[in-house]
Amino acid sequence: MSVYYSEDHEWIEVEGDLGTVGITDYAQGQLGDITFVDLPEEGATVAKGDSIAVVDSVKAASDVYTPVSGEIAETNDALADEPELVNSDPEVGGWLFRVKLADASELEELMDEAAYKKFVAGL
Amino acid sequence: MSEISDFENDPDLEPIEPAILPLDAWHRDKGARMVEFAGYPMPIQYEGILAEHLWTRESAGLFDVSHMGQLYIAPAEGAEIDVEAALEGALPIDLATLKTGSVRYSLLLDEEGGILDDLMVTRWNSGFYLVVNGATKWDDIGTLREYLSDEVNINHLDENALLALQGPKAVDALARHAKGETPLTELKFMKGAAYTLDGVDAWISRSGYTGEDGFEIAIPGEEAAKVADLLCGEPEVKPIGLGARDSLRLEAGLPLYGHDMTPEHGAVEAGLIFGVNKRRRSEGGFPGAARVQKDLAEGTDRRRIGLKLDGRMAAREGAKVMSGDCEVGFVTSGGFAPTLQHPIAMAYVDTALAANGTALQIEMRGKRLDATVVAMPFVPNRYVR
Repeated sequence: MSVYYSEDHEWIEVEGDLGTVGITDYAQGQLGDITFVDLPEEGATVAKGDSIAVVDSVKAASDVYTPVSGEIAETNDALADEPELVNSDPEVGGWLFRVKLADASELEELMDEAAYKKFVAGL
Repeated sequence: MSEISDFENDPDLEPIEPAILPLDAWHRDKGARMVEFAGYPMPIQYEGILAEHLWTRESAGLFDVSHMGQLYIAPAEGAEIDVEAALEGALPIDLATLKTGSVRYSLLLDEEGGILDDLMVTRWNSGFYLVVNGATKWDDIGTLREYLSDEVNINHLDENALLALQGPKAVDALARHAKGETPLTELKFMKGAAYTLDGVDAWISRSGYTGEDGFEIAIPGEEAAKVADLLCGEPEVKPIGLGARDSLRLEAGLPLYGHDMTPEHGAVEAGLIFGVNKRRRSEGGFPGAARVQKDLAEGTDRRRIGLKLDGRMAAREGAKVMSGDCEVGFVTSGGFAPTLQHPIAMAYVDTALAANGTALQIEMRGKRLDATVVAMPFVPNRYVR
């Protein structure tokens, strides 16, 4: 099991050919209080870099880009009633969707935790 | 061109520093996240917009609104001019009925009746005190200069800070410190008076932009940090950022200049005709009067309305308002209403579809959100009249 990070502040935790995607703690802190999460349809085919979810905060709406291509296997139903999970537990309970990876080599373009920390420190 | 190049190459000229408001360091010290607004770094939030919003509704929040323009309109030295008549020539306000210390909402209109700004006018002993929006203050000064005779001075009180203390417990916190002829508790909504706050001279009016009871406090900029500390030392008071200011005013149904009203909108369609006082509607004699009178007589094609949305996805500025397949308007402000726990919006829609209870839809990111036209304010106001 490995976790990768994108420059758009998504994380993806990969187990076999299934990746679980969410936004990072840094991202939720920047967005502020999240009031709604618009999730993709299960079964949808998505391409790396597509905007496939939207996180609404009191302040503004922000796109979430999928860090990998594939098919949406599952979305986090708990967010319908508790969108604030993305604030309180962004990297575990506040996950957004699971994607069945089409091309595992896309993960090589992402950062590991150390690289992401360095990236955020430079912002 | 040569002058410009010379200027740019002059090694003695430093780049212009961005303007800083008196409480800049105070906000940073309180952990604010700063963003640029109206040309100044301003606090968008401290602990979080939602918590700050709810705190203001249940207790009291301190807002720094020093970016706003404070103007004092008075006769030039030695001039015989009737400043009241002169100002009535510039604004659609009835000053004959505005008593000393009273505050009234008005509009600055262009010659075609488009809204250049909204503002508060207070009668002081020898002139009028105006508070205008921060982003428009320089243009407003130019417009007023154009509208007013040279015998009228426009004094920009740019060394003043402006604080707003808003919420049901604002009166308790402020009354502990405000010393003046009129006890603060006896000051009514849209009235103002002179006070001192721990020795600092302050002009305080019972007014604001949240729909709550509350006060606006004009003080010398160099005393702003002292007064902010004094008020935040009260258990009821926390500092509140611009983020919550926006969500609070939206719930209160109060329009935001540059969004819910612009030069593209007239007073009637914007639902702001109360800013054009009754006598002035018939008499005219102010810029844009012909448009106001025409719109009042004939009605307007569109109206600013409030929308309550189903679901939790918020509509944002610019979203199309739909009735079936027809585009019938556009959203000018929208967001999640923390007090109501559902999204709300302001929009301009065709007058035929502006009645309360009308079912409409808003197009957001390829989806249709169901919405209903509702009366504003969305959250009842709690002014102390």
